[in-house]
Amino acid sequence: MTASEIVRMTAAELGAAVRSGQTSAEEATGAYLDRVAEVDGQVNAFLHVDRDTALAQARAVDARLAAGEDPGPLAGVPVAHKDVFTTADMPTTAASRILEGWRPPYDATVTARLRQAGMVVLGKTNMDEFAMGSSTENSAYGVTRNPWDLDRIPGGSSGGSSAAVAAFEAPLATGTDTGGSIRQPAAVCGLVGAKPTYGGSSRYGLIAFASSLDTPGPLARNVLDAALLHEAFSGHDPRDSTSVDAPVPPVVEAARRADVEGLRVGVVKELGGEGYQPGVLRRFTEAVELLESLGAKVVEVSCPSFDAALAAYYLIAPSECSSNLARFDAMRYGLRVGDDGTRSAEEVMSLTRAEGFGPEVKRRIILGTYALSSGYYDAYYGSAQQVRTLIKRDFDAAFENVDVLVSPTTPTTAFPLGERTGDPMAMYLADLCTIPANLAGNAALSVPCGLADEDNLPVGLQIMAPALADDRTYRVAAAVEAALADRRGGPLLAGSAFAV
Amino acid sequence: MVGAVTNGPATSGVGPAPVAFDDAMRSYEPVLGLETHVELGTASKMFCSCATAFGAAPNTQVCPVCLALPGSLPVVNGAAVESAIRLGLALNCSVASWCRFARKNYFYPDMPKNYQISQYDEPLCSDGYLDVTVDTPEGPREFRVEIERVHMEEDTGKTAHMGGATGRIHGAEYSIVDYNRAGIPLLEIVTKPIEHTGELAPQVARAYVAELRDLVRSLGISDVRMEQGSLRCDVNVSLMPRGGTEWGTRSETKNVNSLRSVERAVRSEIERQAGVLNSGGRVVQETRHFQENTGTSVPGRSKEEAQDYRYFPDPDLVPVAPSAEWVEELRATLPELPAAKRARIKAEWSLSDEELRDLVNADAIELVAATVEAGAPPADARKWWLNELSRRATETEVELADLPITPEQVARVVALVAEGALTNKLARQVVDGVLNGEGDPDTVVEARGLKVVSDDSALGAAVDEAIAGDPDAAEKVRNGKVAAAGALVGAVMRATRGQADAGRARALILERLGVQ
Ligand SMILES: [Zn+2]
Repeated sequence: MTASEIVRMTAAELGAAVRSGQTSAEEATGAYLDRVAEVDGQVNAFLHVDRDTALAQARAVDARLAAGEDPGPLAGVPVAHKDVFTTADMPTTAASRILEGWRPPYDATVTARLRQAGMVVLGKTNMDEFAMGSSTENSAYGVTRNPWDLDRIPGGSSGGSSAAVAAFEAPLATGTDTGGSIRQPAAVCGLVGAKPTYGGSSRYGLIAFASSLDTPGPLARNVLDAALLHEAFSGHDPRDSTSVDAPVPPVVEAARRADVEGLRVGVVKELGGEGYQPGVLRRFTEAVELLESLGAKVVEVSCPSFDAALAAYYLIAPSECSSNLARFDAMRYGLRVGDDGTRSAEEVMSLTRAEGFGPEVKRRIILGTYALSSGYYDAYYGSAQQVRTLIKRDFDAAFENVDVLVSPTTPTTAFPLGERTGDPMAMYLADLCTIPANLAGNAALSVPCGLADEDNLPVGLQIMAPALADDRTYRVAAAVEAALADRRGGPLLAGSAFAV
Repeated sequence: MVGAVTNGPATSGVGPAPVAFDDAMRSYEPVLGLETHVELGTASKMFCSCATAFGAAPNTQVCPVCLALPGSLPVVNGAAVESAIRLGLALNCSVASWCRFARKNYFYPDMPKNYQISQYDEPLCSDGYLDVTVDTPEGPREFRVEIERVHMEEDTGKTAHMGGATGRIHGAEYSIVDYNRAGIPLLEIVTKPIEHTGELAPQVARAYVAELRDLVRSLGISDVRMEQGSLRCDVNVSLMPRGGTEWGTRSETKNVNSLRSVERAVRSEIERQAGVLNSGGRVVQETRHFQENTGTSVPGRSKEEAQDYRYFPDPDLVPVAPSAEWVEELRATLPELPAAKRARIKAEWSLSDEELRDLVNADAIELVAATVEAGAPPADARKWWLNELSRRATETEVELADLPITPEQVARVVALVAEGALTNKLARQVVDGVLNGEGDPDTVVEARGLKVVSDDSALGAAVDEAIAGDPDAAEKVRNGKVAAAGALVGAVMRATRGQADAGRARALILERLGVQ
């Protein structure tokens, strides 16, 4: 099988080809490594690629298959892994200077499950430092570019993962979604990206940004592939106390089912309208009409508390991060600055943190430290938690009448690199539509719904479902994906500059 | 306990001379508060599966979780929660049906996450009490110490300062951190303000810690070895003028790690604060460190520059929600608690108040009870622990319970004496051997050849020899002067190097000489 044939396949097809012996894990891995070598100089999706380690993993998978083991449908399929998950055989930095060169002694649960599933970790992908950002411009190791337009952002924080999959450098990638960090990059790169139910996928080994929000999830070029990856690494993990002890929702089955007949779809009134790019709204409206034409019952739903979601998020997430990032103190791992025998441990900690963290990380640590301070706690962290409760209630009330909620995934398509780096508030608005699902902990997914007329860049449709009803998001997404491909005569990504 | 009474100049470390305790008590009424940390004896740490054994080589009982490696997450140790609930129940607390862990944020090199997982406004157990008894010249007096809360938290690592002369951070060349202790489960037991103790305050504080220690020990949730730091005390003291109603500013003395130190720390702090107040000064709200060698404290961090711990519920953990059934089951299976045990023992052994007090003061009640349980008569068990063994403990400067002899071994020694296999003198030698690490009493008897010579053939030979060796004495006995047998018994004892049963030897002598 030729390298270009391999790279063009879906993950499901590639997994089947490896199982049937048409190709091998080693051959598939080699094909993708070649593709990375060819294009990553322009895209900069990866922070770390180790050809030998990847090929060694692939050969081990081939040996398992030859021995009659059945690791599952993705055995032999390469995956790009967000650099926020620990990997015992590769460095893990969370794109921060403070962890430069750190080699964890252990695999994250998600990493371990990828390996169990016979997947080959190609390398670690770029991201906003500690997953704080919406453009991957906050990485300490350079920006990642959007394969649709190299002068634009790939989204963030999982922008290395979205760019890698969109540029065909990997068939699949992992991401983490704290306020939209999977769905927003998926939307602006023309991919499928899912934020599972909070607790549906394990956080053990995920370098924490905001513990009550962080959720590992898949990025893929199509809905079925996303579902297969979702299923491969999700499920209960006793090492994560917040992990849900329930079966993984039947996402693969739902992705194959792909029908919306009789499904009740609610359009969230508060997510749309003024401030949204017209081309984004147009594609969104068409997608809703499409769902109706496929037999769904569409109604408008109001979730008034969603208006306060962004503000609540920017108190809760920084508060948690201010505490989570306290461990980076130069004592046990990572960067150490100024330890010349004349300084106290406290001084070394302070110098290290001053040099090791980037400006956005510092901004959020300071914000969170302030929000948790004695005398301010009730006004900031306390009220933000109350808003969170109200948002949950809005979702609960909505889901009494509808099966899923829909909205645009992002207010705009991919914006130009550098456009918002000087204006944090403008940057934060990129997550306006995605944040409510994080605050409530329910399932959400972004699926491409076309290109905006103004800029010919991808637009994402967000589908939200109740907690542990992740399968509904896949069912709707698969129906939209199939209908749009019929109309268009092929997948959206075929129009990208980096299509193969 | 806040609110300064006086407004004089702030004074802490180097201050006016302390006032003698009795003088201080004439002017002031102390208010106490005690915060006690108990290291639990669970097999694994609070939030990971690392072992908790004391004394392991540095940094050998660590993992990604307790080293706070990026990405690692805590999982609550259910056994620690159970221990906390049991202690709460034994302290007559109510147990929360739902509570959370909170993060206490502050930077310190031996705290891996730079926050401690603790509990803040939602403790697992709250509002209990512990009754303690203090001896007074007028007889025993009982005080009820009210318990504010019992909550769960994790211990920090340990920093050792190397180089330099003092072993303290100032002057040290470098420091090393051992994370073996990081994450060991702790219970913090906080009292409500203890008032109206007057001059008995130091003894009440000591009695409370002793009673708490015995309670913890009876529950089997910790070995509570104060010298190993598995029970540590912080002592809060404030003074108010006699007849006043407004509490003074308190200080918190940390590092109080023996019963004697608790008493001394309270006493010296009362004396120090009285000195400050008498000279028109103002007591500073501060943390002080107790010095074992001087029995006084030196100032540490002032609360006026106190940290803001930014407590918030730990989002990595789910709430602890013990079911009512579980709590009731734990309540129903509590062992007999020390106070009940004391009452029972006093009645069963017919002890006077003084005899019970001696047992309690010698810290011997559990040891004696265990010895009785192992078969010894109460009087013998008491005699051994209060006399011989207490003396050994004092000589070797260890706690009675830390002597290398078990109640079972003491009971065996008692049994051997009762059987006539040992004399009291030999029994003390056997105890010597056990304390020396020579093994069980029977092993020591065997190895040292200490068995009483009571077997009649061996003894008979010695008796015959004695009679033959002193015909005069033998003749006198035959003629009815029984007292003359003493010389013959002495000869037998000399010949057997003291191992003969003197009573048996005498009986045999009289028998041989035809006297009944
Ligand atoms: Zn550990």
